[in-house]
Amino acid sequence: MPRPEPQTPILGTRTLLLVWVSLLALTALTVAVAKGRLLADYGVLAALGIASIKAGLVLAFFMQLKYESRLLQGLAFFAVVTLLTILAGTFADVWYR
Amino acid sequence: MTQPALEAAEARIGAAGAKLGMWLFLFTELLFFGGMFLLYAVYRGRYAAGFHAAAAEENTYVGAFNTALLLTSSLAMALAVAALRRGRRHLSLLLQGATILMGAGFLAIKSVEWAAKIGRGLYPDSTVLLARSHGEVLFFGLYYVMTGIHGLHVLIGICLIGVTLGLTARGRLSAEQPTLLENTGLFWHFVDVVWIYLFPLFYLVT
Repeated sequence: MPRPEPQTPILGTRTLLLVWVSLLALTALTVAVAKGRLLADYGVLAALGIASIKAGLVLAFFMQLKYESRLLQGLAFFAVVTLLTILAGTFADVWYR
Repeated sequence: MTQPALEAAEARIGAAGAKLGMWLFLFTELLFFGGMFLLYAVYRGRYAAGFHAAAAEENTYVGAFNTALLLTSSLAMALAVAALRRGRRHLSLLLQGATILMGAGFLAIKSVEWAAKIGRGLYPDSTVLLARSHGEVLFFGLYYVMTGIHGLHVLIGICLIGVTLGLTARGRLSAEQPTLLENTGLFWHFVDVVWIYLFPLFYLVT
């Protein structure tokens, strides 16, 4: 008899609100950085970096990946790594052609 | 193990399987959108000036407002799942309804943006657009395809939440059986994540 999967915890309203406030703050930050051209040469990297932090917050808390089984976390990790490998490989090819 | 305990265990294994299935579907969606992001990255590298000029025409503040709207709808969805799992059905119904309204608001703003562009003659294959540089033509092509397919996902998400709303109202989804709402939430949050990347790529990177 396999043991049933443990359920993910029910996240508290406070936690979810904190994540939401962080997401809105990061959105404001990314707009400010882009509009003010604060990081002239690294603008693209900054925008994508902030987007990745936001995506990480949504995945970890709203999608509860932080509380999921190792199996699911591992699968998600490999899916993202696969995509990044394809992106990096293609970009390297285009860049140095 | 007693019969009810066995049934409860089976239900939980079934729910875990359903969730795993949903995640696997989302991974295929990730690679689906990934292909388009790849195309964007390559063309942007090749036609940096054209992308720069075209992206400057987007209204950053409208885009930022829409981003905030979608992020807030994700919060409402996460709260709706938590409410249902705590057995607070009415609160969950209210929050699911709010999610649908915000999703619809997102689409309404998006369509106003599209209409404004089309009104200025900026749509695929238009004479106005074809007179511009190659980079700008590619930018607007990718803009319509990527925001269009994303918008379609928002629309599908709204329909799915409409279904969970009906099932929750009839008591078919409950604290004991929240899986369908949880999986719908996963889909909704995924669509939110895609927009989190679309926003900087089309509105900020100028």
